[in-house]
Amino acid sequence: MEHLDTAKVDRVNDFAFKIANTNGTGSASANGLIMQAIFRMGVPVSGKNLFPSNIQGLPTWYEIRVNGDGHTARTPVYDLMVAMNAETYARDIKELRPGGYLLHDSTWPLSEAVQRPDIHLLGIPLAKMSRENFEKPREQVLMKNIMYAGALAALLDIDMKVIDGLLEEKYGAKKSMMAMNHKAIQLGYRHAKQHFQCPLPFHLKTMDGSHSTRDSILIDGNTALALGCMFAGATVAAWYPITPSTSLMDAFRGFCAAHRRDPETGKNNFCILQAEDELAAIGMVLGANWNGARAFTSTSGPGISLMGELIGLAYYAEIPAVIVDVQRTGPSTGMPTRTQQGDILTCAYASHGDTKHILLFPANPEECFTMAPKAFDLADRFQTPVFVLTDLDIGMNDWMCPRLKWDDTYRPDKGRVLSAAELSAMERFQRYSDSDADGVTSRTLPGVHPKGAYFTRGSGHNKLGKYTEIPDEYQEVVDRLTHKHKSAAKHVPAPDIRTMPGATIGIVTVGGCDQGVREAIELLKEQGIKANFMRVRGFPFGGNIEEFLRAHETIYVVEQNRDAQLRTLLVNETGIDKARLRSVLAYGGFPLSAHHVVDGVKRQLTQQMGEAL
Amino acid sequence: MTFIPKPRVVHPGLPKNKLGLTVRDYEGAMSTLCAGCGHDSVTAGIIQAFHDLDTEPHHVVKLSGIGCSSKTPTYFVNAAHGFNSAHGRMPSIATGANAANRGLTYIGISGDGDSLSIGLGQLCHAIRRNLNMLYVIENNGVYGLTKGQFSASADVGTKSKKGEANAYSPIDPAILALSLGATFVARSFSGDKQQLVPLLKAGLRHKGFALIDVISPCVTFNDHEGSTKSYKYTRDRNVEISHADFVPLAAEITAEVQPVGTTAVTMHDGSVVRFTKVAEGYDPRSRDKAMGYLMDHQKSGQVPTGLLFVDETAPEMHEIAGTIDEPLNQVPFEKLCPGNKALAELQEAFR
Repeated sequence: MEHLDTAKVDRVNDFAFKIANTNGTGSASANGLIMQAIFRMGVPVSGKNLFPSNIQGLPTWYEIRVNGDGHTARTPVYDLMVAMNAETYARDIKELRPGGYLLHDSTWPLSEAVQRPDIHLLGIPLAKMSRENFEKPREQVLMKNIMYAGALAALLDIDMKVIDGLLEEKYGAKKSMMAMNHKAIQLGYRHAKQHFQCPLPFHLKTMDGSHSTRDSILIDGNTALALGCMFAGATVAAWYPITPSTSLMDAFRGFCAAHRRDPETGKNNFCILQAEDELAAIGMVLGANWNGARAFTSTSGPGISLMGELIGLAYYAEIPAVIVDVQRTGPSTGMPTRTQQGDILTCAYASHGDTKHILLFPANPEECFTMAPKAFDLADRFQTPVFVLTDLDIGMNDWMCPRLKWDDTYRPDKGRVLSAAELSAMERFQRYSDSDADGVTSRTLPGVHPKGAYFTRGSGHNKLGKYTEIPDEYQEVVDRLTHKHKSAAKHVPAPDIRTMPGATIGIVTVGGCDQGVREAIELLKEQGIKANFMRVRGFPFGGNIEEFLRAHETIYVVEQNRDAQLRTLLVNETGIDKARLRSVLAYGGFPLSAHHVVDGVKRQLTQQMGEAL
Repeated sequence: MTFIPKPRVVHPGLPKNKLGLTVRDYEGAMSTLCAGCGHDSVTAGIIQAFHDLDTEPHHVVKLSGIGCSSKTPTYFVNAAHGFNSAHGRMPSIATGANAANRGLTYIGISGDGDSLSIGLGQLCHAIRRNLNMLYVIENNGVYGLTKGQFSASADVGTKSKKGEANAYSPIDPAILALSLGATFVARSFSGDKQQLVPLLKAGLRHKGFALIDVISPCVTFNDHEGSTKSYKYTRDRNVEISHADFVPLAAEITAEVQPVGTTAVTMHDGSVVRFTKVAEGYDPRSRDKAMGYLMDHQKSGQVPTGLLFVDETAPEMHEIAGTIDEPLNQVPFEKLCPGNKALAELQEAFR
């Protein structure tokens, strides 16, 4: 891969390595320790956990990219492979760049079939050392992993004080665990120091200054979104467990337990309902929002499919709802632990009949946090479901991002909800009449005032809220809904547009592709190809989106699904000629890397030049 | 359909409740169900119950799914907020609504199709949560709106209007509810207002999920010879096992002497359900005995009615969840948002 300069001999803070392991062996602790230690050294780092839909015994990988310039997209080229899973040796070793290093367990001889003459072998008898130093079988399994973390510390020049500090924070209270982990780290570290040239030509150096991580945090998108929901004032949450969204509700529960308990009574200012299925989860969310609480659900593609029916009810009866879709690879069960952006169209038009929804597309945990209150405000203001579409990569991987900030002057926009006093002063309340410029009408909450009563229904209704089967009356309401949806365009987050002088092509992308595409634009620039960048952050599309599309003769739409769903939505919802939109797609289930984009754009440019000739 | 206006004529002699309201104030729009439909009798019972309990009409939330029964919330308590949701999904909507505001009175009207087929899962889990609401199943063994298909409560061998016999074993909502840990289970008959109204009142005052299975014959599709959900069949086989009498809190103070042969269960608000054991050895406080009794009588084709089971001590959904006493939708934002200082502090965990 040309963008990774493998020839550079001594590379500081610019390399990638991968750890291949078996799940259920506690490798997450070892990998997390390494990642966090690098982060604490001030060095920008990203980790991608490629795990199976399984609890124990299947292959799992953890990729760590270190980049002093702050690029955190996935990279498919590795300088170092920690091969702990004999089952996947063959393909793991293939992914090493020529001249790369293979750290393997030399307790057993490495099969000749997997040997490569162009790489360096770093054999450590990890299993043997673990058996000799630790008693219980489970300890031997766990400490084998901590030992390679120790070896990596020596090979990559990780600050041992930082590692000791992290162990102290984690196990300080449990003396025996602390001692055991410390011993394992030291065993790995000393072995590497004694047997190998440490550090390797690529290694770490503590960073301060502009790109340093000193003012950053390491957080996953699900945790950040859960935090955002708590800060936005959500009191009811209903969900059904599904990978990769489960950790969102776990985090919400944890944050609420810590910050939402009444100090005097110990009672909860929240109610989390684990539903029997997604049909019920969305029903609970509608019931709670209808009754004036801020309520949300988190799910993934299969859950969205099940929720379809009641999403249509919410749209038509005009009930606010916030639905977080942490997308995974579809269709059907698909690959539950792999990432994709495959639900864009299904969410944009979820449910039968004519329906259109508001979508928000965070690109990273920071935006997960900031878009949560935005989603609730939009849902309340427009009295309609709002989808927050993240994905497994954003949701479950730890991302480096600036410290989150909260504006203490924020107050929820509850939209047009009539108070008892307002109702009292009215002659008569009619649910779907008296719309404002955005097509929004007033709603009332149960129990507030006798004049506020009305019948909420998913059946045909007129502007008075009464049942109807009369064409004009029906159309009057659904036409207002069209207007209402269009009006939301100016309220959803504006696209992130970054231009450069002399650029002729445009690259449009969405969500978690952000990092990979922006890195690709830098790499393309180095190769003389200048591109402007636009990341769509909301739907319905605002005016500047169409403007950007019109300003470029050739546009590449980069997204992570097979069918170019964002492109379809752009073609369908703007007046742009579809021939101008070309696709660069990645949909194998792993996070996007810059090389995908560079290769895709260059291939098509060459092709277009061929066509032009 | 609600566009049919109902003439508003109030008889001056109609009794008023403590709020100064007559039963007419608890009515809704004109029913569009078939003349003689059992559901309309249930509606009348509900109107009576709310009136007698002095319920503030706009503090009632009435919910339903889809089907003939689910149309009926339109026909009672006009000043209540109504939610006619989707087929089989009312329990989840009610759960969310109750989660947001525990201070209102929730009543759900469903049918045997809505509750025992498409919505069976949601019904079961609302029972398990002990959601605080009255849930009425207007049970006629048939899909009326789609013209006469058997429902899941149709008995084996019962005949459709076209003469076909049902082959599939029925779901008995009362036995089902008992097995799921329901805390209030009753069965009644739409043709027996004397029995139904006290049960509705007790169900409304019950703390937790109150299920009343009301046999409510469908005059158009299931009231013929050979049907086991007809008026005639139900009247002939109805065995009242415990006659319930609902005594509101205030009235109880004056009723000092417990009538002979009755048992009283005090509801969470202090009002009392007093029931007379009609069937020998029946105790509505024993879940396993109630189940055994129902299963025995099911075999012999009898329809035991009355208060089948009550447990006033079990915690309802909010108590289980440990939520605050005030409605969640009324908590000031300042109490919900920890603020920027707390945010800065909690982020130390993400370094």
